[in-house]
Amino acid sequence: MEHIVIIGNGIAGVTAARHIRKNSDKQISIISAETDYFFSRTALMYVYMGHMKFEHTQPYENWFWKKNRINLVKGYVNEVDHENKKVNLASGASINYDKLIIATGSKPNKFGWPGQDLLGVQGLYSKQDLDQLEANAPDKETCKRAVIVGGGLIGIEMAEMLRTRKIPVTFLVRENSFWNGVLPAGESALINEHIIDHHIDLRLETNLVEIIADENGRAKAVTTDKGDTIECNVVGLTAGVSPNVDFLKGSGITLGRGVKVNRHLETNITDIYAIGDCAEQHEGIGNRRPIEAVWYTGRMMGETVAQTICGNKIEYKPGHWFNSAKFLDIEYQTYGWVFSERGMKEYEKHFHWRHAKENICVTVAYHKENNLFLGINTFGIRMRHEIFDRWLTEERDVNYVMEYLKDANFDPEFYAQYEKEIISKFNAENGTKISPKKKSWKRIFSHA
Amino acid sequence: MKAIQNIGIAIFLVGLGIFTTLPFIGSFKLDQTTFEDIVAEKKIKSELFIADLQQNVVGKEFSGMVDLSSKISKALEDANATHVKNKEYKKKIYTKTSDMASLVGKRSGVGYIANNKGVMWFLTFGLGIIGALMFIIPQVVTLGKKGIKNDGIYHQSSTNRGWIAWLVFFFLVSFYMVLYFGSEYAVNWTYLVDPISESLSGNPAGHWFVYGFMYCVIMTVMAVRMYIKYRHNVYQVVRTTSVLFFQIVFAFLIPEIMVRLQMPYYDFKNAFPLDYDFFFSWNLKELTNSGGIGLFILVWGIVLTLVIVPVMVYFFGKRWYCSWVCGCGGLAETLGDPYRQHSNKSLFAWKIERWLIHGVLVFALVMTGMTLFSFFTETGTVLGVKTSSIQTTYSLAIGSVFAGVIGTGFYPIFGNRVWCRFGCPLAAYLGFVQRFKSRFRITTNGGQCISCGNCSTYCEQGIDVRAYAQKGENIVRSSCVGCGVCSAVCPRGVLKLENGPEEGRINPTEVLLGNDVDLMELVNKK
Repeated sequence: MEHIVIIGNGIAGVTAARHIRKNSDKQISIISAETDYFFSRTALMYVYMGHMKFEHTQPYENWFWKKNRINLVKGYVNEVDHENKKVNLASGASINYDKLIIATGSKPNKFGWPGQDLLGVQGLYSKQDLDQLEANAPDKETCKRAVIVGGGLIGIEMAEMLRTRKIPVTFLVRENSFWNGVLPAGESALINEHIIDHHIDLRLETNLVEIIADENGRAKAVTTDKGDTIECNVVGLTAGVSPNVDFLKGSGITLGRGVKVNRHLETNITDIYAIGDCAEQHEGIGNRRPIEAVWYTGRMMGETVAQTICGNKIEYKPGHWFNSAKFLDIEYQTYGWVFSERGMKEYEKHFHWRHAKENICVTVAYHKENNLFLGINTFGIRMRHEIFDRWLTEERDVNYVMEYLKDANFDPEFYAQYEKEIISKFNAENGTKISPKKKSWKRIFSHA
Repeated sequence: MKAIQNIGIAIFLVGLGIFTTLPFIGSFKLDQTTFEDIVAEKKIKSELFIADLQQNVVGKEFSGMVDLSSKISKALEDANATHVKNKEYKKKIYTKTSDMASLVGKRSGVGYIANNKGVMWFLTFGLGIIGALMFIIPQVVTLGKKGIKNDGIYHQSSTNRGWIAWLVFFFLVSFYMVLYFGSEYAVNWTYLVDPISESLSGNPAGHWFVYGFMYCVIMTVMAVRMYIKYRHNVYQVVRTTSVLFFQIVFAFLIPEIMVRLQMPYYDFKNAFPLDYDFFFSWNLKELTNSGGIGLFILVWGIVLTLVIVPVMVYFFGKRWYCSWVCGCGGLAETLGDPYRQHSNKSLFAWKIERWLIHGVLVFALVMTGMTLFSFFTETGTVLGVKTSSIQTTYSLAIGSVFAGVIGTGFYPIFGNRVWCRFGCPLAAYLGFVQRFKSRFRITTNGGQCISCGNCSTYCEQGIDVRAYAQKGENIVRSSCVGCGVCSAVCPRGVLKLENGPEEGRINPTEVLLGNDVDLMELVNKK
């Protein structure tokens, strides 16, 4: 029986294992040094915040793996020996494979800051990082201030976490507005305000220079390029992540920043595949980047590679881009492509609406010549994935999207609806006379 | 703010402390005329019992119910024992000792508590309400900006099965034990609400009135908490208002007012088989003897169960009843909200749930079948089994122990829907309709789920919501009461409760929306 070995028990590796099991009788092993069982990495923050216990982050009960004959191995892979088709573990043991899937995810970036390896300095990615944060910042008496370096999704999550324990947080962001490499200016401004509303000391256009140690080798302060020294007990390094592939150096597997793969998720070596955060496409697919460290793409690569391994060789073809996040209290969803001013295409035009009082806004991107709908960002309004996916496939124009916007609303029942306001602003700006159509179940389910 | 909250807790605890002490204190003195009235009203024919009480109780002052009730129950048991021995069955007293004690106790209260009902009400209910609100209202500020604020739930003793939770558990269980099995100890509580009861029905309060009034008070106070906690979520605000309205108006006020108008006591929203004694012969007799209104109630009760309930479930899901109207649901969604995370999500618990809840439904139906058979054929037994003993068993095991003691008492340990999930026969019935013939579903939003588990954690019915959401499948589980909290706590906007066409309601998927279209078709077709 063919033995499929998967390194990494994150969403990519586990999805691959599940789908291989559905489609075959192959022997499956998952190796992980991080945890015994699969957990949802995106939920780690809720454990620290006291919303959940760690076991709640595990999507499958512990008996699931045995029942589905997925063999879980706790261990750290030191090297891949593709000539002998085996992986060598740190424990000295080795495991033979017929096919190997590398799904080792990411590690937090460190950019060589002085003091970056001091005690009290950490990222937030793994279960171990969570445990460490619990030790470093159990309460506001132990951690009198935390400084977070890097204005992305993990940075704002870490700030939110620490604030739930009333720990003062200083948030250093390199850009002149939060996440404005991704978000258009209006949205980025909304989040800036929201961060400050949550009593987080947001410092834009500020970089870390050095982390200063106390006599015990613990961080006690940071200095910034604005000349400030900020006393703190914890420094969170959240300046992005990069593929966790150092153990593959010298293995013969071609590496770029991540493991280089073709559209079939195959590496340069036969029978070795890479999926998830650690995989790097030779060229980005469509508008996508070659490395996508996103939950959803990890899952999709897992779904895809399982087909290939089970004899139905198929290309990795992610559909229309979508993503979501939550910035403190504000939910964010995106469908299609809405670029920030920095990454904007020359044909791209934006329509932006923001609620007068509430933290709600919408940005719609469309083609300035032919009005083709390109994408939408929503803050504080939930949208129906299926509808936008369909509109993107059908290449609808922006006027159509506006007219049928009510079909796409996914907010809970009784919520105030803003389509009328949104459309009247759109009409005023564009001289159009669109009036919103009533929500229609028939249209919503026409393709279901 | 913290200071106000702490003072609030202190005031609340004082009120609760006095309330808890009441069953053990107070003075009782039964005078001769009252005693004769009771003998006449209860048609007591046991000269032994009368003599015993005459000698040991009448005219004497008792301090605390423990003293009095022991005398009464001893007199009653001794008398009955002798009568049974002498085969004087006509003299035997069939009133339960605790009912007799509470009857006598209620009429013989003297001293401060019985004479200062208003003051005592303030010192118990009043302080409790004020203290609780002083703790709750500052949450507008302390919870921070509006949004989901479940911070620290698993760090606090009260909401993480710590010692406070166990204390609450112990208190609630004891309270229900008094209510169901020791009503004589509730006599002092009834004095507190006598004025309210008299103004509604014209009668002094019994222990069930205390319970009904307290139920409304607790729901109202905890609804304030819900309004603050979910002030960003209109669905929760509207739903809480609805459930509060039906409790206060339908379960509490209307039945009391009906009594004042010489009509049968009836809660128009309490549907059979949750209202398990609707078809009991005493109820049928009372209804048929109550003229037009009795007949109306009889027809209404049957139509409610057979037509209104299932039709509404078809259009809106069982939530219209379980989390918008029902009293049990109402308490669960207000007092029980802080404990919703304790429901067990394992597959094993789901298995137990299906056996238990459907077992209770079968039990209720069999019992009702026997009841009706006995009623129409005027026999006491069906196939050699005594109908009344089945009824008594059901009332005790299901009606009192399961629904009350376990259903509410176990809130802090097993979550707020133990009864609704494992025991309620009406919920089982609605569940069938919801699962097989309904427009209700919780829609999963394409591929947006990140498997974080907030939805499953906060599902009070123990549904592993995430298991469906992460597969892109809609949730159509029979147990879902549509509280809407999974949708509220989802950080990515994945879940929406909605009523839509039946077609496409159940949508099994393997590969989620967002991946290669061909792959999705290939895999999902299987």
